[in-house]
Amino acid sequence: MNSKIRHYLDLIIVLTQKELKVRYKSSFLGYFWSVGHPLAFAFVFFIAFKVVMRVQVKDYAVFLIAGLFPWQWFSNSVNASPTVFIGNASIIKKVNFPRYLIPVTQVLQDMIHFMLAIPVIIFFLLVYHKSPFLSWIYWIPVLLTIQFFLTLGVSLMVSSTNLFFRDLERLTSIIIMLLFYFTPIIYLETMVPKRFRPLVDLNPLAPLMISWRDLFLNGTLDPSFAALSVIHAIVIFMAGYLVYQKLSWRFAEVL
Amino acid sequence: MRESVISFENVCKSYPLYHHMTGGVKRFLFNIRDGLSALRHSNFEALNDISFEIYRGETIGIVGRNGSGKSTTLGLIAGVLKPSRGRVKVKGRISPLLELGAGFHPELNGTENIVLNGVLMGLSRAEVFNKMDEIVEFSELGEFIDQPIRVYSSGMLARLGFSVIAHLDPEILLIDEILAVGDMSFQKKCLDKMMSFKRSGVTMIFVSHAMEQVENICDRVVWIEDHRIKMIGNTRDVISIKASL
Repeated sequence: MNSKIRHYLDLIIVLTQKELKVRYKSSFLGYFWSVGHPLAFAFVFFIAFKVVMRVQVKDYAVFLIAGLFPWQWFSNSVNASPTVFIGNASIIKKVNFPRYLIPVTQVLQDMIHFMLAIPVIIFFLLVYHKSPFLSWIYWIPVLLTIQFFLTLGVSLMVSSTNLFFRDLERLTSIIIMLLFYFTPIIYLETMVPKRFRPLVDLNPLAPLMISWRDLFLNGTLDPSFAALSVIHAIVIFMAGYLVYQKLSWRFAEVL
Repeated sequence: MRESVISFENVCKSYPLYHHMTGGVKRFLFNIRDGLSALRHSNFEALNDISFEIYRGETIGIVGRNGSGKSTTLGLIAGVLKPSRGRVKVKGRISPLLELGAGFHPELNGTENIVLNGVLMGLSRAEVFNKMDEIVEFSELGEFIDQPIRVYSSGMLARLGFSVIAHLDPEILLIDEILAVGDMSFQKKCLDKMMSFKRSGVTMIFVSHAMEQVENICDRVVWIEDHRIKMIGNTRDVISIKASL
């Protein structure tokens, strides 16, 4: 059993290395592209909401960046998930190994990109005369874990189901976009009108993204938001794994 | 009594024809009744009531026309597919369904692909690194080993792929038509390697259209036709009957 787990770990390492190498080998600006996208978004929102619409949020640029980077991880992983199995069809049809390792590597890979982007967040903090917090050392790993399982749950669900309903691919990107605007990233959760406030708690991404932002900007976590995001992560991960379990034995047939 | 390592008991495998669904959710929802019945009834029978046993150390050839169910049989042994009915039992460490270069990525170089492919084939990373020099030497690729494999010729890809396979340590080896590539000297090298696997007691299942190779290597042959076993027996008997038809 032990050797099996070790082999799975080797598989994860090798597959993740492959993705990272491929990504950085073919383009000189590899690292720049993984931070460039959220930075461009931050720039657009800053112009639209701060410069033009004069939204009342302190240090809006760094506020945006603290939320956009973790969001980028989630949305990249989920947007890639419909095709992760299809892209690895040749392995799935030939090699018998747990198929969930493929989405795991996908989410892991995007997590690494996110971690590599944290220095950019620090840079913006410094620009706004703030500094990194010591509490990051223990809270960042906690939030990374929560978001890893939450993202993996969604990814398992989408990637498995998409093999049987290929239309899901198009739906996913639309839903991700809607979800983005329903999540307090470009605005504060306190700006949401009172009667819609409960909906914010129902959005599985909201407490997590609020937690990331609090952590990056103030070095603290709101325990109720953190706890809520743990619950969301557990429920979604279990649901995703269940869907995967139900469908995975047929993957090799439909690819 | 010889020990059976693979046994098929009345195995059936049918695939639902999923492409009826690719009309999309919308069409499916508008014609739910048609959609569901199409899903239920459009099965493709790939294997129909197959039973056989393979014993430890045997080399078995599986022959038959395209689409007769050979690859499905290998897929079932490898555990990639599940039987619709019946039972498949496999004992021992099994190599994955060998296709040369499963998981190869065109942008990575030879060495990186050896690691990727080797781990997918069941080796640990440490084992691959230990055997790296041997593998590279076996492949005879020389300086090309540091080039991204998109610049390789198909023969060179086959060399790289087989070099990894030659350094696996399986108990059961599944081979799906891989010896038809590469130049003569490399084909001979592959064949020699397979013979040495055979001598060391590896059970091999070998799918091929090249009757000559089957005749050279296999002890017994399973002949599948129209998704059933047409004949199973000694290599020479089966091949001579098959040739006379």
